[in-house]
Amino acid sequence: MNNAEIAIEAANVAHAGHAEHDHGHEHHEQHFITKYIFSQDHKMISKQFIVTGIIWAIIGALMSVFFRLQLGFPDSTFPIMEKFLGEWAKGGKLSPEFYYALVTMHGTILVFFVLTAGLSGTFANLLIPLQIGARDMASPFMNMLSYWFFFASSIFMFVSLFVETGPASGGWTTYPPLSALKEASMGSGLGMDLWLISMALFVVSSLLGGLNYISTILNMRTKGMTMTRMPLTIWALLFTAVLGVLSFPVLLSGFVLLIFDRNFGTSFYLSEIFIGGKALPHIGGSAILYQHLFWFLGHPEVYIIMLPGMGMASEVLSTHSRKPIFGYFAMIISLIGITFLAFLVWAHHMFVTGMSPFLGSIFVLLTLLIAIPSAVKVFNWLTTLWRGNIRFNPPMLFAIGFVSLFISGGLTGIFLGNSAIDIHLHDTYFVIAHFHIVMGVSAFFGMFAGIYHWFPKMFGRMMNNTLGYIHFFVTLTGAYLIFWPMHYEGIAGMPRRYYDISAWESFKHFQEINAFISVIATIVFFAQLVFVINFFASMFRGRKVTSMNPWQATTLEWTTPINPEHGNWPGEIPEVYRWPYDYKDDGNGNDFIMQTVPLRPGEESH
Amino acid sequence: MSGFISILLVSLVFVIIYQIGKASEYAAAMKGAETVKYKTNRVLAWLLVGFYVVMLYGIWKCNAYFQGMMLPVAASENGGKFDSMFMITLVVTGIVFFLTQTLLFWFAYRYQTTETRKSHYFAHSNKLELVWTTIPAIVMAVLVAVGLKNWATFTSAAPADATVVEIVGKQFNWLVRYPGKDKEIGKRDFRKINDANNVLGLDWSDPHNNDDIISQKGELHLVVNKPVKLLIGSRDVIHDVGLPHFRLKMDAVPGITTTMWFKPTVTTEEMKKITNNPNFVYEISCDQMCGKGHYSMRGTIIVETQEQYDKWMSEQQTYYAEANPAAAPAAPAAPKADEKADTNKKAVTMK
Repeated sequence: MNNAEIAIEAANVAHAGHAEHDHGHEHHEQHFITKYIFSQDHKMISKQFIVTGIIWAIIGALMSVFFRLQLGFPDSTFPIMEKFLGEWAKGGKLSPEFYYALVTMHGTILVFFVLTAGLSGTFANLLIPLQIGARDMASPFMNMLSYWFFFASSIFMFVSLFVETGPASGGWTTYPPLSALKEASMGSGLGMDLWLISMALFVVSSLLGGLNYISTILNMRTKGMTMTRMPLTIWALLFTAVLGVLSFPVLLSGFVLLIFDRNFGTSFYLSEIFIGGKALPHIGGSAILYQHLFWFLGHPEVYIIMLPGMGMASEVLSTHSRKPIFGYFAMIISLIGITFLAFLVWAHHMFVTGMSPFLGSIFVLLTLLIAIPSAVKVFNWLTTLWRGNIRFNPPMLFAIGFVSLFISGGLTGIFLGNSAIDIHLHDTYFVIAHFHIVMGVSAFFGMFAGIYHWFPKMFGRMMNNTLGYIHFFVTLTGAYLIFWPMHYEGIAGMPRRYYDISAWESFKHFQEINAFISVIATIVFFAQLVFVINFFASMFRGRKVTSMNPWQATTLEWTTPINPEHGNWPGEIPEVYRWPYDYKDDGNGNDFIMQTVPLRPGEESH
Repeated sequence: MSGFISILLVSLVFVIIYQIGKASEYAAAMKGAETVKYKTNRVLAWLLVGFYVVMLYGIWKCNAYFQGMMLPVAASENGGKFDSMFMITLVVTGIVFFLTQTLLFWFAYRYQTTETRKSHYFAHSNKLELVWTTIPAIVMAVLVAVGLKNWATFTSAAPADATVVEIVGKQFNWLVRYPGKDKEIGKRDFRKINDANNVLGLDWSDPHNNDDIISQKGELHLVVNKPVKLLIGSRDVIHDVGLPHFRLKMDAVPGITTTMWFKPTVTTEEMKKITNNPNFVYEISCDQMCGKGHYSMRGTIIVETQEQYDKWMSEQQTYYAEANPAAAPAAPAAPKADEKADTNKKAVTMK
């Protein structure tokens, strides 16, 4: 397919005015509904994803503030909680059932709705067509469906917060039999059914999106945009989509079997259970089977969360250091390595389930192998900064914070991936510290770097820098203050998901530090509102972008108009002549050369 | 009313922060964007350095704060191996941590933009890539080797002289079963469970059950320096036997029996002296989310000398006698329900 055909197809599918015929003068005003709601424009869909993601992030983070108040101050009451949670926090004290519901929902919302849909949904949609030079996705209609399935999934999850028996409360991993039996926990009633329906819809959304991202990247690159001239963001988003497409179906199968066990009397996961005063008829199932199916997605999922951040941090570090990303090919190879290994390490979440120790040994080896491509990436990022010409602005600060947190959180993975150490640290606060730093905060930092960097492209306005600096320093400091002490609690054996530790001789002396962590967590929550205010206020009142290329970057999205129409380029899609990181003297006093500039005579391509 | 006032105050703070942000934007426009850019850049570079210094200081303070709160010396043989392996990993990752974080913040400060700086075009070096692929690979190989050696030891078959004790999780406490005089754990079947007089579903047709002793308080008595093998099960959902002082953990999964063995080396009394805490007790924590009472699912371990153990044991009643106070101590005839169980061929067999 050549450019013109792509252009025509995109224009036909989306009914957007196209410059080749009418130079953009005659196209009719789009109706509000087709422009803002059932839009097929990838840029609008990306905005829908980010706004939904931000709303979910606020809900999910507020939940963590509530359960942190319980953890930090188990003897106090907080009347404000009763205002929000009603009966669940009678007298301002959280009930244990709802504490577990909050923990479960916090995990589900942040992992899936914010850091999967909100992150790759936003940036895959925004960046893939813009950076590879396409007018839209391969199937704009499927892309629209992807968002609306996510929306439907969100509705079910949101509704589940209001049912009488509470939302799912068995942890975000929802291991059966706890999640399968209504007798085992209040949250395993209607709340769990809604959780499963919501997650099934989420998988559909994720697959529709992922297939679209992959086919767009493989088929719709503009002339000259060979695979090895793609920005690292696109490489990262490609592998993110591959991970999702190959592993989400396995999760769905796990959920379907769980739905059967819950409602149709099958025994896939259930065996020899005595609960609620009677022995259940189930025999021969395996609770461990669910864990295999869950973690076959669950582990790739953490890379689905990490890879977009890695790609965006690479792009941002290079742009604002005014220097090419160091080791472009090494970066791609390490992405391939991580993607491949991501499928082969899931059972490191299961070292102490009674799985064969020999099998465990294999997974130790494969897990620690991931440290190698991860180390390569870190050293390449560091070398990118070396002898750069670094401009500190909010995206760059967040990218630097991303690297710092990725190192801190990645290194603790070396402890947990080694089964002989995991046998003590498993399911303790050490694990909480590890994954919150690496796939929680670090992934968020990658996302923030992306938002601050591409906000001008999304809305034609700049976000406020000063607010960005405040957001950055409070969040980075807060993240370390919250999660660093948790490592110690974990090494001392303190289990996660404990509503109250005061009865435990071995852990009760950590109450003081728990209170400290809770105070910081609340402050960091409010600091995120600074970002939210900045985001929405800048959408309408931010400084207007005056040049097409405000960051002086090299990639294709900055060749589109400041506020691109559907179809992205008013004229021909530009042709690409060079790799995306040519930050060098262009001979006219600029320190960058855009991808659309032909090689000068005698200049070697990268 | 107070709620309204606090909401008002919080909003006010946000409005002020927002106005500061906007004001700095206007100020930048008035003073000229270029000069402000370099000035702000210098300030931010210093702030990053400041963050790095504060981070190092914080790590040091945090470490000092937790001294004396951590677990005492490992109370089992494998626990000692765990501790030394943990230290090796800590040293290796610690070096990498300080090296990379220092480079990150130093480069950020050192190569901040100035009016004259030009970046150095340096796009790749196969030699460097080779170096930082090989070194982590070697380090990982060492850590894997140490880890797998320990893992093989921790998960090896229990010694033949190990005491066998069964521990079964239920919402929300632990049931501990001792084999009694015959040193054999009898069969049990979940269909025979009855909270009134058969909490574990012991199959009374198996004579090995007759002298078994069950502690419903979740109290696990062990003899110091004598290996113990735990047979771990669950009645309802997945639980986990977490033994922080022995550096061990194993899930309790309904439908399967998992095992774990270790050799306690420090008695509870000795540990009270070591920790200087007269209330010290070895605790069994449930480490797998099991429902609303998860956080209270606590068991205890008493490590004692052989004499103390024997004395305690001699005071215990068999579960049969405890559950059937009126019945004769002799084994009853197999009731009819057993035949039904046998046809299902799914009775839980315990060795």
